[in-house]
Amino acid sequence: MSARYDIHDLQEQEMVLNMGPQHPSTHGVLRVVLNLNGENVRKAVPYIGYLHRGTEKLAEVRKYYQTLPYTDRMDYLAAPSNNLGYVQAVEKLLGIEEDVPDRARYMRVLMAELARIASHLVWLGTHALDIGALSLFLYCFRERELINDMFEKYCGARLTTSMMRVGGMPAELPEGWVQMLEDFLGIMPERIDEYENLLTENPIWIRRTQGVGVVSPEDAVSLGLTGPCVRGSGVNYDVRRARPYQVYDRLEFDVPLATEGDVFSRYQVRVAEMRQSLRILRQALDQMPEGPWVAELPDYVLPSKVDAMTSIEGQTRHFVLTIHGYKAPPGEVYKAVEGPKGELGYYIVSDGDSKAYRMHVRAPSYYNLAALPLMCENRPVQDVVAVIGSLDIVLGEVDR
Amino acid sequence: MSTEDGQADPGLAVTRLRDALPDAVVEVGVHRGDTTVVVAAERIVEVCRLLRDDPELRFDYLVDVTAVDWLHREPRFDVVYHLFSISRNDMLRVKIRVEDRQPVDSLAEVYMLANWGERETYDMFGINFAGHPDLRRILLPEDWEDGFPLRKDFAIGGYGIWAADNVPFR
Repeated sequence: MSARYDIHDLQEQEMVLNMGPQHPSTHGVLRVVLNLNGENVRKAVPYIGYLHRGTEKLAEVRKYYQTLPYTDRMDYLAAPSNNLGYVQAVEKLLGIEEDVPDRARYMRVLMAELARIASHLVWLGTHALDIGALSLFLYCFRERELINDMFEKYCGARLTTSMMRVGGMPAELPEGWVQMLEDFLGIMPERIDEYENLLTENPIWIRRTQGVGVVSPEDAVSLGLTGPCVRGSGVNYDVRRARPYQVYDRLEFDVPLATEGDVFSRYQVRVAEMRQSLRILRQALDQMPEGPWVAELPDYVLPSKVDAMTSIEGQTRHFVLTIHGYKAPPGEVYKAVEGPKGELGYYIVSDGDSKAYRMHVRAPSYYNLAALPLMCENRPVQDVVAVIGSLDIVLGEVDR
Repeated sequence: MSTEDGQADPGLAVTRLRDALPDAVVEVGVHRGDTTVVVAAERIVEVCRLLRDDPELRFDYLVDVTAVDWLHREPRFDVVYHLFSISRNDMLRVKIRVEDRQPVDSLAEVYMLANWGERETYDMFGINFAGHPDLRRILLPEDWEDGFPLRKDFAIGGYGIWAADNVPFR
């Protein structure tokens, strides 16, 4: 390499810029190789896989109940959504979906919606931080802390919750938990107003986000964008509506849509979604019946601790389920949930053993990230940061 | 694998597919409410184009591409496509059965999602998608030479690593 540079040559050549894998705005370990012509991105090629842990392979050598904790580690900002997707798929495979008691279903919806709000709060804080609105990050994390406290009170963990079981939930809501949720529901609407006051009419925010990273509805569907990314382009697709699971068919909520398909639209959709989640939480809390929180299915559900410790039958069942697990009938199922990022689907193939023959995760972040080149090519380089933020990727889920 | 739920109705898509391309449909099954259609491997692009463009079907959204390795079966692999019609709210699983090293026509022209979906399937199973614009490894490093990790003959800890439980699975 010659030590002398001619300034005119430099200006005419395309510059290759490695963005990441340690760049703070890539939300983890994403590397994007940008070919730049001056400030304009000619070509953007994402490189992923830095967090690949082989979850799908591991699921083939773990029993069904042992795979559950691995699902937390995919979308680690909304672990309950992943837990829900996985247990639903296994329940569908076993054919016990109808046996899950109502209370457990409502509890699952509560947890999944709290996870959605928590995930959107992290997205909003970091997305605004990337673009330069530093203060919002602290406000968002203040409220997310309340949700993490609720998770902690319920299951002892704040991020990697593993809080659902095949057949229901592991425990009753602890004393005081409902009050925590009531308090949260009380303060959250005005807190969302507060975020909106900081951003929605902020001229800098608008100029950085409007008309940036535009994707047409046809492209959005063909690219397989899901969640707020596809709804930001005006396509009305929400798994909670299209194929209702748990008790979403009994709850009243709107699917927020925006029309422009740009970064600002996706921002509007997510903020509106947080308000809808609060609505769902309110209804679910009011409708939630008393009763058992786990199904009466001795073949699949561990006995209660009291049973396991005091009766011989309970103890035997506990050992058998822990050591041998349960066998699933041969077949294949696909079951999806609307995670915070989009359609999170589990495809499980069983050959009749106590382990999945094949488990595949349809990760929304993975396919949403595939839209990055289309959204930021022939745009200035600073838009790449805004687009990555608006896609709301979690690299743990992209790489699995 | 087709475990039929009695005489469950496989749905409109299968009827239309049987009418339009009778020789492409190999097998139809309904399990737990999911309809699976096995089609001839060399007709997959044609089938997906029909499913997408037929005004009564409009499967405009390819949900996912993946594969299953049935190690001792002939042909060895299932390539699995999940299709969804947003306007009709209908889901369909389309499968093809392919040999090891048999090229599969790429769907990247039909659905943009197939680009990354097929790259991952290639990366994990070594299934060759003919006509794919950019068939490189995606999750594993590009210079990875140790084979395809989701194949059943790939031991969980990788090749050449000694560990008590590092044996090829099943």
